[in-house]
Amino acid sequence: MALKPPERPGIQISRGADASAVTEADARAVEGSILTTTVDRVVSWARKNSVWPVQFGLACCAIEMISAAQSRFDIARFGSELFRASPRQADLMIVSGRVSQKMAPVLKHIYEQMLDPKWVIAMGDCASCGGVFNNYALVQGVDKLVPVDVYVAGCPPRPEALLFGFTKLQELIARGRPLRRLS
Amino acid sequence: MIAEAAEALARDLAGLAEAEDRFRDEVTLVVPRERLHDVLARARDASFAVLTDLTAVDRLPAQPRFEVVYLLTNYTAAARVRLKVRVEADDALVPSAEAVYPGANWLEREVYDMFGIRFSGHPDLKRILMPDDWEGHPLRKDFPLVEEPVHFAGHTPKVPSAIIPKTPRTPPTPPR
Amino acid sequence: MSELARETLVLNMGPHHPSTHGVLRLMLELEGEVILRTEPVIGYLHTGFEKEMETRTYHQNIVFPPRIEYLATMIEEHAYVLAVEKLLGVRAPERAETIRIILAELSRIASHLVWLGTSAVDVNVTSMLMYCFNDRERIMDIFEMVSGQRMMHGYMRVGGLQWDVPAGFVEQVRAVADDLPGRLDEYERLLTDNLIWRERTEGIAVLSHDDALRYGCTGPIARGSGVNYDVRKAFPYGGYEAYDFDVPLGSRGDSFDRYTVRVEEMRQSRRIILQALDRLRDGPVMVDDRKVALPPRAELVRSIEAVIHQFKLVSEGFHPPVGEVYSAVESPRGEKGYYLVSDGGNQPVRARVRSPSFNNLQALPVMIFRHMVSDVVVAIASIDIVLGDGDVDR
Repeated sequence: MALKPPERPGIQISRGADASAVTEADARAVEGSILTTTVDRVVSWARKNSVWPVQFGLACCAIEMISAAQSRFDIARFGSELFRASPRQADLMIVSGRVSQKMAPVLKHIYEQMLDPKWVIAMGDCASCGGVFNNYALVQGVDKLVPVDVYVAGCPPRPEALLFGFTKLQELIARGRPLRRLS
Repeated sequence: MIAEAAEALARDLAGLAEAEDRFRDEVTLVVPRERLHDVLARARDASFAVLTDLTAVDRLPAQPRFEVVYLLTNYTAAARVRLKVRVEADDALVPSAEAVYPGANWLEREVYDMFGIRFSGHPDLKRILMPDDWEGHPLRKDFPLVEEPVHFAGHTPKVPSAIIPKTPRTPPTPPR
Repeated sequence: MSELARETLVLNMGPHHPSTHGVLRLMLELEGEVILRTEPVIGYLHTGFEKEMETRTYHQNIVFPPRIEYLATMIEEHAYVLAVEKLLGVRAPERAETIRIILAELSRIASHLVWLGTSAVDVNVTSMLMYCFNDRERIMDIFEMVSGQRMMHGYMRVGGLQWDVPAGFVEQVRAVADDLPGRLDEYERLLTDNLIWRERTEGIAVLSHDDALRYGCTGPIARGSGVNYDVRKAFPYGGYEAYDFDVPLGSRGDSFDRYTVRVEEMRQSRRIILQALDRLRDGPVMVDDRKVALPPRAELVRSIEAVIHQFKLVSEGFHPPVGEVYSAVESPRGEKGYYLVSDGGNQPVRARVRSPSFNNLQALPVMIFRHMVSDVVVAIASIDIVLGDGDVDR
């Protein structure tokens, strides 16, 4: 008995001797409830939907970051239910604020304590490039210290801007970038 | 209008002060550094109980180079008095006010950190804002701002402080 | 056994810590869990404001104040422009002063709401942060409406305001002011009679009246200890002399007193806002002095002098007289002062920011002596420092 070509790609059920064993309707029902993908994509999907930032509010941007976590803007709906105090339990560092010379080694230390995979969002102009300030006291951009994945511009960026940067990070994670290695 | 209590203190300290200045309802007394402790003690006893601020100004290239500025406030009479001590760059040592006003502790550390002026009698004079191994005193006029220019291909824009350059006081135009 | 009993442990708290309200580092010397000595280490957010302000004109410097104290941004701008106006000897027109007072008091309420939310969260009343920030969002909307920016406004200018407030400002402010007492009553119901809150704050981190004066503490931390000093009453500025409000005082100087002082201050701020809304009259919002403020654009086509003034002000900035001034305002943390020294040039020789948190934080070791580590969190919260930077580290 020749198989009919299926209306759409999917599982082919070969009818054995007993034609009543599996019907086309059964086959379609089974097909509709199986998702084929790769392990990487599933893992990326899980990771991007549960990114937990470490509490790293430095300056003014920290206030907008807190606002982004509160009820009006609500970062929790994107998966960041909790901002962890311990870097060992976090996978995202949102550098919100200016990084002074004295704070730079501390930032590096906290970053190193985070476990892979980890990401960094440079929130605000000071973290991205030094911002309004260009002087002896500040590191001109946190990318001089740690690798940055997403830069969110603004002084301070609106909570919606931070959330947009966050969704961009989620896209990045979904694309499955290779694990970051410290240079 | 300068407050009555401030005028009274200024009169009281007139003998100890080197100079006096009044501008926009504020009175400033310049005292020599040897008499600083006495002046502060007398001010505190005259109910100027609070050291609101202690800072310094670098007047380079004028001499003497540094002015250490004390701002005292009398809460009950709502009056303020400013005291100044002038020191040279190579002799930047001022008696500490910490014994009279304990709040001077951190303020003097900050002046030391930013200007390099030392305070004799301070219990723990060390840097407070800059890292402990920092070299130089940032708020001195000969310490550069350390601006990092932004690099574009083929063009370097002005650093922010050069966008509007410093223009000195315009001398009054002589009458024609 | 006696050696073991005398052994102390040095515990490092911060600079990265969830409860230090910023990048503050505390080295606590503990005997068991009791604190003997504290050494706060600051400077983790030193930004070099004062040096930057020496390299810009007075007008360009307006960007810096809101970044110094980012919780009470309008008040910080108010402080700076008042200092420059004092130096110049000009006074903003009445409408500008009234609007400035409204915005400053809204800023005070916003800052106290952040303080209330974060302090409560430190004691684990986690819902308070949500409530307080929700209320604060309404004030942020007003700021955005007048200046376009939620936080770093640049709205108050030397001589007045950037531009007049848009239509709907009065109604929106009145709506916030009308809803505020109800919200504050809710928060007080949640906290004031709450056994856990009282146990955590009463008798904790007591600052005596004399210590408050000795360390130069100002603001609610000093008023909680009974020091009757509010810059708005002692050295009235910007039109405050015409307003009727009370200054709440505490008696015991503990964290609970500071809490009640700040909540009451929010109510008094509302009182000032309502008075200011009634006083608001039409008029200009920028001083008429062409040496200080830009001429209106319509005048540029008629008058060559206006063009010259415009050119000079934009390319050089104004030149204040030689001299120095100190001008202070009452920020939610205490006395915020600007000490400006001018040599007649277009840039200040020295722009010193007298920050209340710097002086207030000095009193911390005295306040937490012989307390336990968990009380440090409550103590820091009750000082309400805008730490890490702006205020403390400049």
